[in-house]
Amino acid sequence: METYTLVVLLLAATIRVATPLLLAALGGLFSERAGVIALGLEGMMLGAAFAAAAVSAASGSAWLGLGAGIGTAVLLALVIAVAGVTFRGNQVVAAMAVNIMVAGLGPSLALAWFDLGGQTPQLNDAAQRFRELVWPGAEAARHTPLPGLLYAELLSGHSVIVYLAFALVPAAAWVLYRSRFGLRLRAVGENPSAVDTAGLSVTGLRYQAVVLSGVLCGVAGAYLSTAASSGFVRDMTAGKGYLALAALVFGNWRPWRTLGACLLFAFTDALATRLQGVPLPLVGVIPVQFVLALPYVLTVLLLAGFVGRAVAPAAIGQPYEKER
Amino acid sequence: MKLLRLLAAALSVATVATAKEFSPAIVYDFGGKFDRSFNQSASEGAERFKRDTGIAFREFEITNAAQREQVMAQLAKRGSDIIVAVGFTQASAVERVARQFPNVKFTIIDAVVDLPNVQSINFREQESSYLCGMAAALASKSGKIGFVGGMDIPLIRKFALGYVEGARHVRPDIEVFENMTGTTPAAWGDPTKGAELARSQFGRGADVVFHAAGATGIGVMQAAMDEGKLSIGCDSNQDYLHPGSVLTSAVKRVDVAVYKAFSDARAGTWKAGQLVLGLAEDGVDYSYDEHNRGILTPAIKARLDAAKADIIAGRIKVPEYRAP
Repeated sequence: METYTLVVLLLAATIRVATPLLLAALGGLFSERAGVIALGLEGMMLGAAFAAAAVSAASGSAWLGLGAGIGTAVLLALVIAVAGVTFRGNQVVAAMAVNIMVAGLGPSLALAWFDLGGQTPQLNDAAQRFRELVWPGAEAARHTPLPGLLYAELLSGHSVIVYLAFALVPAAAWVLYRSRFGLRLRAVGENPSAVDTAGLSVTGLRYQAVVLSGVLCGVAGAYLSTAASSGFVRDMTAGKGYLALAALVFGNWRPWRTLGACLLFAFTDALATRLQGVPLPLVGVIPVQFVLALPYVLTVLLLAGFVGRAVAPAAIGQPYEKER
Repeated sequence: MKLLRLLAAALSVATVATAKEFSPAIVYDFGGKFDRSFNQSASEGAERFKRDTGIAFREFEITNAAQREQVMAQLAKRGSDIIVAVGFTQASAVERVARQFPNVKFTIIDAVVDLPNVQSINFREQESSYLCGMAAALASKSGKIGFVGGMDIPLIRKFALGYVEGARHVRPDIEVFENMTGTTPAAWGDPTKGAELARSQFGRGADVVFHAAGATGIGVMQAAMDEGKLSIGCDSNQDYLHPGSVLTSAVKRVDVAVYKAFSDARAGTWKAGQLVLGLAEDGVDYSYDEHNRGILTPAIKARLDAAKADIIAGRIKVPEYRAP
């Protein structure tokens, strides 16, 4: 029973940790499938985290914060799109510029506005954050036999953004493989000149894809600062954007596989926090350093051993030039 | 040649000007001046000095490791009389810069640098942690308590050991979960991870959690508040952050150390060498104010005060963590 409880809690933590990764990775999916490298996920997420926390602190509404987060991330996405699509600049450089700029800009603005050393004020009011939604009967179910706990911990008790993130996976799959927009998007990432010949705007499609990735990163950023924690601190994304990109590659640029990759990364992370100081059979207590390195070791092993060749969209990173 | 002489003249004027006016400086560590914990306490000491004497001080917040030596050399060059370096990670930088500027006074907090112009101030954190461990064990209903450390270093192990010993003192069968956030300085500023670690401990049954993790601890305390559990603050008095949820704080009077270093240097009574502050010297303590009066009951307080007297009198020996 004890073990069962631990496993359920581990899975619940996995879901919480996976949420920002998943949102960012889905954003990256649209962007990369359209042929624009999604290295800017980190910066867009960080910018959104800052904007969401700042607006939520000032207005007292987490929803307004979410709106500001999405707005900011879309703005940053447009910067990347203007540089990388319209002016056909190097997309990696454009995205890294955004990442570095946001890393400095967020704390600087926070310092100027709130005078708290680059943080936003702590969000203590319930309306300023996305709190956990407790489903009907969850508290009662917690004490009933096995399925009750599963219901109370795994299904109930997450913030609304978590449910949104997981609902977006089938939605993204549908858009990408079943809708006309998705077909064009994939085509623009594989063979833009064909799309151009068909009379569609390559630039327009790529802009739509990048903006879409901005929207999703905006939600991910708002989740970090107004749901998972209570306020913005310097560098709070801590590389989650790059991890999301890794999950996207690991997931072979497909929505469901990307979900799997995000869950795996989150699971190893959650497992690492729980393995610390816990004696394991045969080996005893393993050193903290090893436990903390575990997610990365596991990732490398899995990438090396279990995933086949990752096939990127053919036209990724190549600015499209009309033939004259 | 003329220009050179002019420059030399200007320089000597500058040094005369600075020699007249006392000019202190402080360099904060990772986590920043507003971490509501360790660095903030140091900053409060400096601010108090400024209020009391009207003497302005120079300050710098370290954001990457390469800055330390540069900043300290800069401050020394610009005529600072005393430079207070907050945090053990500054030790090697202090050692190098102090050799270069033998006439500038250096005070380092939380480390030992053995040079004729360096004062090393350390705290017996294990003593306040011991009291907090007692408080946690006395307030816990489940008989399980937690500890979340920042970076895995001997200093934080010192907190952890004192905490465990204190808890065992009042409740020998108590179960303590220990987690470290990471092995790099980034572990001082990751509230999302802190919250996740705290949640994992609550999941295993803990109902009081103590953090020694700088800004990461903000997430720990937020998680405790969200889940209706108790937390214990660190370094600064953090009882005000979540009144009714923060049981007490292991206060480390970094502010007193900074204030004393500044005012001693000004009065000319500053001495190089080692200084260790514990309960007896009011260097560390547990906090009790209007914010935690409701939860830190008189019964618990009486036990803590008795133990405090015993530690000061040497009747209770608090073991100190020694790096293996």
